Amino acid sequence: MTDISLQENSQSLADLSARVETARRAGAGDVRFRITALLAALLVLAIFGGVIASLLVGAMPAFKAFGFGFITTEAWSPTRERFGALAPIYGTLVTSLIAMVIAVPVGIGIAIFLTDLCPRPLRRPIGIAVELLAGIPSIIYGIWGFFVFAPWFQLHVQEPVANAVADIPVLGTLFGGVTFGIGTFTAGLILSIMILPFISAVTRDVLETVPSVLKEASYGLGATSWEVMWKVCLPFCQTGVVGGAMLALGRALGETMAVTFVIGNSHKIASSLFAPGTSISASIANEFTEATGDLYRSALIELGLLLFVITFIVLAAAQLMLMRLEKGKGK
Amino acid sequence: MVLNRALYLRRRLANITFIVLSVGAALFGLIWLTFILGGLLVDGVSALSPTLFTEITPPPGSKGGLANAIGGSILMSVIAVAVGTPVGLFAGTYLAEYARHGKLAFVVRFVNDILLSAPSIVIGLFIYELLVVRMGHFSGWAGAAALTVIVIPVVVRTTENMLLLVPNGLREAASALGAPQNFVIKSVTWKAARAGIITGVLLAVARISGETAPLLFTALGNSGWSWSPSAMNEPMASLPAVIYSFATGPYEDQHSLAWAGALLITATVLALSILARILENQKRT
Repeated sequence: MTDISLQENSQSLADLSARVETARRAGAGDVRFRITALLAALLVLAIFGGVIASLLVGAMPAFKAFGFGFITTEAWSPTRERFGALAPIYGTLVTSLIAMVIAVPVGIGIAIFLTDLCPRPLRRPIGIAVELLAGIPSIIYGIWGFFVFAPWFQLHVQEPVANAVADIPVLGTLFGGVTFGIGTFTAGLILSIMILPFISAVTRDVLETVPSVLKEASYGLGATSWEVMWKVCLPFCQTGVVGGAMLALGRALGETMAVTFVIGNSHKIASSLFAPGTSISASIANEFTEATGDLYRSALIELGLLLFVITFIVLAAAQLMLMRLEKGKGK
Repeated sequence: MVLNRALYLRRRLANITFIVLSVGAALFGLIWLTFILGGLLVDGVSALSPTLFTEITPPPGSKGGLANAIGGSILMSVIAVAVGTPVGLFAGTYLAEYARHGKLAFVVRFVNDILLSAPSIVIGLFIYELLVVRMGHFSGWAGAAALTVIVIPVVVRTTENMLLLVPNGLREAASALGAPQNFVIKSVTWKAARAGIITGVLLAVARISGETAPLLFTALGNSGWSWSPSAMNEPMASLPAVIYSFATGPYEDQHSLAWAGALLITATVLALSILARILENQKRT
């Protein structure tokens, strides 16, 4: 009897210790898993830090050589090793500005059409079609812009416009001169098509958050669709629309291949928007692999650093705005 | 009364203008899409031929295919997805399961969203400084690394979003049965969010298959192709980089190859996005 009870006892003891062992192992596995997840999250931060650090290190020689004059001078001469970033900075800002001027109203218009005006069965297909524009890779816009769009644009838009405005004071300078098809304006126009889906997608999402009671109340007071949209819905969605537009601006500023194909790659600030120019990203893409000499390469990396800083500020502002919106939604 | 009619007319006119402009905006978008896809089909289809997949990129003035570029693109993309997916999956899991409201999670989420929209050419410069300068030469590894850096934020974002959709009741039920947290995550939440996570990976593949800028100064390009194990250690051709160099060159044969490549990439990307959309819809219903 005693033997048996002892045996039973030791068996349950062994059983218990085996269970403790399993639990301990599971606990260790749990810790390992948690640490792996933490490390992966930290890797994201490390990549971000690495991007900034490598750009700073790479840009150092150029910064030492030119100081802050780098961003205020226009001269770009690899043979004499003089580098100024004014023309690319100007090109980046102007192409993005043109893109925003076109894409913001059109993008909002598409969103309004899709939420309020479009017949229900057409809503999904048209929505998907506009989103497809966002899926087409940058280089496709580039090759299409270069071979198909630019020649067409030169013949049917640029030349007639340039001729028509030749003698008008301000417009004549902005849109006059010899036309090439490619140039700053063409780049801005193609950029606007590329960022259109971002603006319309965000606007559409926030328009759908407008409480229908608000709309019904306004219609009940006799307001027209336009008045409901302009005075009720859009003010309600202000933060979201602005956030979405900033996100799109961030994309436009950094867009590379499409711009490289159609901007013309000339390091001169021309008075005419139809004239060839360059942008930060286009200069880097176009010249980096051919850059001979450390200073040349370093100047291009400093351009990259400038681009990263500019887009960081714009994207961070957009994030914060959209985050605030997200918080408001929770309430 | 007269004044009222004028006001009414003005409001009606404003409304009609508004409707016309909105419809115009939608047409504007659709016209560009047909314009682009049409152009691509016209110039791309005429350049398609079976030799695209069997012959390597030709020197100027002769005919050839894109086999080495297609192979390079596939190889680098596979490596980028194989490395980037687990990292993104774990980082997204950390954000959704372990530290939802923590300070670290806030910073990681913020930085990840910046990386998601950061200019890809800057990623190229980063890998150039990190790998190409140190190794002393351009290589397929550097190209794959640049693509990995682009894959990670996409997977992190979709993984977190999808995990947040998993109802907490599932997690609580599994925990109440005594399952350790890693078991809950692996066997319950990941399973519940599987379709969404796969969608994210597909979107990441779609994103990198058209990426050009970060490959220009990492993988560079290569007019040949070797099946030796050291191929990744040499400069490697990729479809987008070949399109860029052929399209900007002066040769007619190379232009048509560039168009064929552009059609291949667009078809791949659109097919992937449609597949991702179907998966997403299946999950919802």
